[in-house]
Amino acid sequence: MSDAMIEATGVTGGPAPDGDALVQVRGLVKHFPLQSGFLASLLNRGEVPAVQAVDGIDFDIRRGEVFGLAGESGSGKSTVGRLILNLLEPTAGRVSFDGVDLSTLSAGDMRRLRSRMQVIFQDPLASLNPRMTIGETIAHPSEIHQPELSAAERRRVVFEMLDAVGMSPPDNFADKYPHQISGGQRQRVVIARALVTRPDLIVADEPIAMADVSVRALLLDLMMRLKDEFDLTYLFITHDLATAKYVCDRIAVMYLGKIVEVGPLTSVYRGPLHPYTEALLDAVPVPDPLHRRTEPLPRGEIPNPINPPPGCRFHPRCPIAVAGVCDAEEPYLAGPNSDEGHLAACHLRTGAHQDLDSARFRPA
Amino acid sequence: MSSPLYSIRNLTVEYKTRTGPARAVDDISLDIMRGEILGLVGESGCGKSTLGKALMRLHTGPARITAGELWFNDENLMELSSRRMRQLRGSKLGMVFQDPMTSLNPVQRVVDHLTETMLTHEPEWTKKAARERAEELVERLGILPERIDDYPHQMSGGMRQRVMISLAIALNCDLVIADEPTTSLDVIVEAKFLDLLKELQRDFNLTILLITHNIGVVAEVADRVAVMYAGKLAEVGDTFEVFAAPQHPYTQGLLRSVPNIKLDGAELYKMEGTPPNLLHPPSGCRFHPRCPNVMDICSVQEPGFDPLHPGDPHRVACWLYEEQPVKVVGDV
Repeated sequence: MSDAMIEATGVTGGPAPDGDALVQVRGLVKHFPLQSGFLASLLNRGEVPAVQAVDGIDFDIRRGEVFGLAGESGSGKSTVGRLILNLLEPTAGRVSFDGVDLSTLSAGDMRRLRSRMQVIFQDPLASLNPRMTIGETIAHPSEIHQPELSAAERRRVVFEMLDAVGMSPPDNFADKYPHQISGGQRQRVVIARALVTRPDLIVADEPIAMADVSVRALLLDLMMRLKDEFDLTYLFITHDLATAKYVCDRIAVMYLGKIVEVGPLTSVYRGPLHPYTEALLDAVPVPDPLHRRTEPLPRGEIPNPINPPPGCRFHPRCPIAVAGVCDAEEPYLAGPNSDEGHLAACHLRTGAHQDLDSARFRPA
Repeated sequence: MSSPLYSIRNLTVEYKTRTGPARAVDDISLDIMRGEILGLVGESGCGKSTLGKALMRLHTGPARITAGELWFNDENLMELSSRRMRQLRGSKLGMVFQDPMTSLNPVQRVVDHLTETMLTHEPEWTKKAARERAEELVERLGILPERIDDYPHQMSGGMRQRVMISLAIALNCDLVIADEPTTSLDVIVEAKFLDLLKELQRDFNLTILLITHNIGVVAEVADRVAVMYAGKLAEVGDTFEVFAAPQHPYTQGLLRSVPNIKLDGAELYKMEGTPPNLLHPPSGCRFHPRCPNVMDICSVQEPGFDPLHPGDPHRVACWLYEEQPVKVVGDV
């Protein structure tokens, strides 16, 4: 039976091997300027308002780990994924891949480096060309990055990949079109295509969100097996904190373009430091009718990322916010267990005003 | 929660396709009790949305109800004129869909959606009275009354979904059919919406059929749960009972394959195979090709949908709990 199951990292999965960082993100900013008319730009004196999708974040993805990036829609998590792949150009800050600053690369060098970083998106039907067979789809990256292969060798690579993602016998599938296979199989094809160039990093942006419940566990299990088989590092972008629990070694929680908390998954889930992480973890529906939520839900909704609140961006919704502190100054990532790498950006929990939090909530 | 508000009897809905009819709902009988939240769960393509639409006779195009009766307030909806049916929709039967953005008219203000619904069903009301009622209603659902002059795109996803439910209950309807109402919402907004559903159930004695693929949502709000697989009901029972002791192997697998954030060291069960094509469903029990407990009879004869024990409201369609007809086993 144990063969038919995958384990949650909750207890057995050890911490990420403390190795060198494959990806380094430093001071990363991405603002999307809003289109504005001639008159508006005159009135604004050239200052164009912008959606502050990602606003100054730092983290490392260690070689061989599954790094989770979690947050609600509009938090900026997918933008971070695209910035790491250099599919978007940062407004400020940098991304380094294996020690190389991506902004310094020529277009040609970047194209060559792309073979080492691949992506899996949420919707496999939208990611696959409906007029290409499964075999052609998987061969395509190989044609670009391994032009020296003969047709027979390429066919062999395609078959190997189909086998690796559990679509066997491969000749049953290679000549089919995406509409002829199931949704779960389509996502397997997308994974196979990502693996052809033997990448180091896979950015998986909500890879199982479209799959059915009974198919999700199989896809997750496949991704984890391939990680070992192909020595992969994953950036796992998700809104689903329950799924993240089963696959991630470390996790970062984003809110309105900022990382509010980051650390080893077990440490973050057992002892969340930031009130937003607390609320998010508590709001996840639990498949157990005996379970009841314990935390009050945050007031209001996520503010507009064009005009994020000053100070801590969560303060208007925060149950413990203190006027004059939380709305005045922006908190930075810090933590009592910083040696474990568990950090949060909260004035009251990890910042200079911890006495305020304890005075309010743990009266002597 | 005593008497049934809506009784589905032997309902069959077919889609006409070029290669023959696909039975998305196949001979289903189910009662929705007055004042309950009934969770209808299943994977995509199992027929749960088709069932939801058929309950309001909203199915269109290639879908056709080929058999069955739909009893609502002592009327068989199948025998009603389309005019009478239109009167019931919106006044007695409400519907909430997954994507509020495509269900609301983008060029109509929220207030116009609401007053149009009210004035259609209550033509003697004045516009002013309808507006006042609309303001009251949205305020009750946690939206500032002045926001009703906004257009749908000016609202957040959570607010739009509240507008949808306010449309459904604008005229004190008895039953709301909510098809994946929280699927496009973020978890915190989702949790708030689920709290709202429970409030409406309590304060207005609203009956809700909650159609969802999200097992966690069902666990949180549903009083009873119905599990659907490939056009058939696999299991129906009290939510606590079904979650504590699922009987159908499909329910068992489904519940074990759902990630649970509160469980440490748990393992995710991987159910083999995929749901069948409804054009060519498997013989006998439709789950038998994927079932870990499959027996000879399962591929030969369909199990009945029977109470677990005589008189038990917990029903399950599985040969494990039924006496097998001896002669069929002999044939295998």
